[in-house]
Amino acid sequence: MKILTPEEISRLEEIARQLRADSLRLIHRRGAGHPGGALSAAEIMAALYFQVLRVDPQRPDWPERDRFILSKGHASAVLYAALARRGFFNLAELDNWGEVDCPHQGHPDRFKTPGVEMTSGILGHGVAVGAGLALAARLDHAAWRTYVLLGDGECQAGLVWEGAAAAAKYRLSTLTALVDYNDVQLDGPVHEVMPVEPLAAKWRAWGWHVLEINGHNVRQVVEGLQTAAEIHDRPTVLICHTTKGKGVSYMENQSYWHGNVPNADQLRQALVELGEVQNG
Amino acid sequence: MAELSMREAYGRALAEYGAQNERVVAVDVDTAASTLSIFFAQKYPDRFFNVGIAEPCMVDIGVGLALGGYIPFINGFASLLSLRALEQIRTAVCYARTNVKIAASYAGLSDFKDGATHYSITDLANLRALPEMTVIVPADAAQSAAWVPLAAAFEGPLYLRLNRAGALPAYQPGMPLQIGKGLTHRPGRDLTLAACGAMVGRSLLAAEQLASQGIDARVIELHTLKPLDRELIAQAAEETGALVTAEEHSIIGGLGSAVAEALAETCPVPLERVGIRDHFCPTGRDPDRLMDACGLAVADITAAAQRVLRRKQSGMKQ
Repeated sequence: MKILTPEEISRLEEIARQLRADSLRLIHRRGAGHPGGALSAAEIMAALYFQVLRVDPQRPDWPERDRFILSKGHASAVLYAALARRGFFNLAELDNWGEVDCPHQGHPDRFKTPGVEMTSGILGHGVAVGAGLALAARLDHAAWRTYVLLGDGECQAGLVWEGAAAAAKYRLSTLTALVDYNDVQLDGPVHEVMPVEPLAAKWRAWGWHVLEINGHNVRQVVEGLQTAAEIHDRPTVLICHTTKGKGVSYMENQSYWHGNVPNADQLRQALVELGEVQNG
Repeated sequence: MAELSMREAYGRALAEYGAQNERVVAVDVDTAASTLSIFFAQKYPDRFFNVGIAEPCMVDIGVGLALGGYIPFINGFASLLSLRALEQIRTAVCYARTNVKIAASYAGLSDFKDGATHYSITDLANLRALPEMTVIVPADAAQSAAWVPLAAAFEGPLYLRLNRAGALPAYQPGMPLQIGKGLTHRPGRDLTLAACGAMVGRSLLAAEQLASQGIDARVIELHTLKPLDRELIAQAAEETGALVTAEEHSIIGGLGSAVAEALAETCPVPLERVGIRDHFCPTGRDPDRLMDACGLAVADITAAAQRVLRRKQSGMKQ
């Protein structure tokens, strides 16, 4: 296992900070989007796209690339920010995000946005689609891996568990799921709307290797993903404990910010808190 | 039933085609012994995946395999694929334009002994409404087999509707089979019988009976519900002036609706629809008698032909 240097950790933390600011600017300008779950996933996305995933922005179709599916497709802003900063396209392409002539869709579309592996937006699909990808990789004796980021509320959907069962049956060790466990969904706290606990025990019972980490600690995310690559008899899930709306005080743990848009003043305050602009 | 069933013809064809095309894989939902994807599974165990009773999961596994460059044939019951897994088909197959072949077995009333839960009489309506989807309804066993390599070679989402049962033979090997191009099985001038699936053979029988009454019925087969062969339909309307559709499906949303839409926009002529008239159907002893009891008898086609001819003739007088 590669141990991240302090400089590498700082670099990833800085990227996560930028992804948060990018996401909020994008959502504000569009007047639509899902800030809470974009902010909670910032370190996970930074670790994936800037440390772990083997992708080539110059060759989005490179056959040997790792595949990443954003199963919680409503967090598209943070995916677009990560892909743009990784070099798949220019972030300025999103200046008119939301207009009908902007190629980039509200939710990720694999034909419209370079680097998007799978169209998403309806929750529940990622694990099963990822299992199919992992089967394809096995048939090809290929080395690439498949990563799926899903929400905690998403784990209420039965299809997640159908996919999890299939992945376990076929011992798809090249499939790694990450659950952005921020405990907040559209209508309120996950533990109130429909409890998913005991979440780790459920994944374990379904035959997965389970790791629980702090999803805002880039070192833990990277090490968790490295550990997953060393598990060869089953798929691995990283249950990433996170905070919805992380990094913006008034958004944290508030279900209101699942799908609402910051106004100009709120955006400014958020960017101040994220260290993007000076106060006053 | 003496003739080969559509599912067996399909299952054997898939297993045979698997030798030619190593990118073809198959997935099933604990129905391999029913859909007869088991023939493929026995021959290529490494390229077959059984995901248990989980149609939505099967669709998405197929999607992943397609994203990975394979050509998945996903096998299950039409009723479940077209209803329980419809969202997955809409989102992950159609919208995401993944190269998944949906082999939907036990369609129509062909699962005669299991009843309305298992009948699939709305699948064509559901699937036809989805952008990007191609919908194929083979007429008989021979045609079911013939579609397998064509479906695999076609790039994009495709729904292949198969019956558990056989059907009266209608397709002669060598007939030009092409997506979106209907077949003319019998010439005729007085009216046109337009059918799909197991109703093609029944329409040919109906045409013979009509001939004995001095009525010259054309029989066309619209095996592709989508994209529909509007030219063939318009030509039939212009040349014969009246149409009857016949389908093992609800009259709402299937072939009858598709033809009505095409006629309304091209050459409106009297149309009668033979199909299941918006009700659930009971269990039966065998598929043929069940179809007869549910309004799909040869006599229902000839009666519809008589009605549509009367309408055509009264329209001419005006």
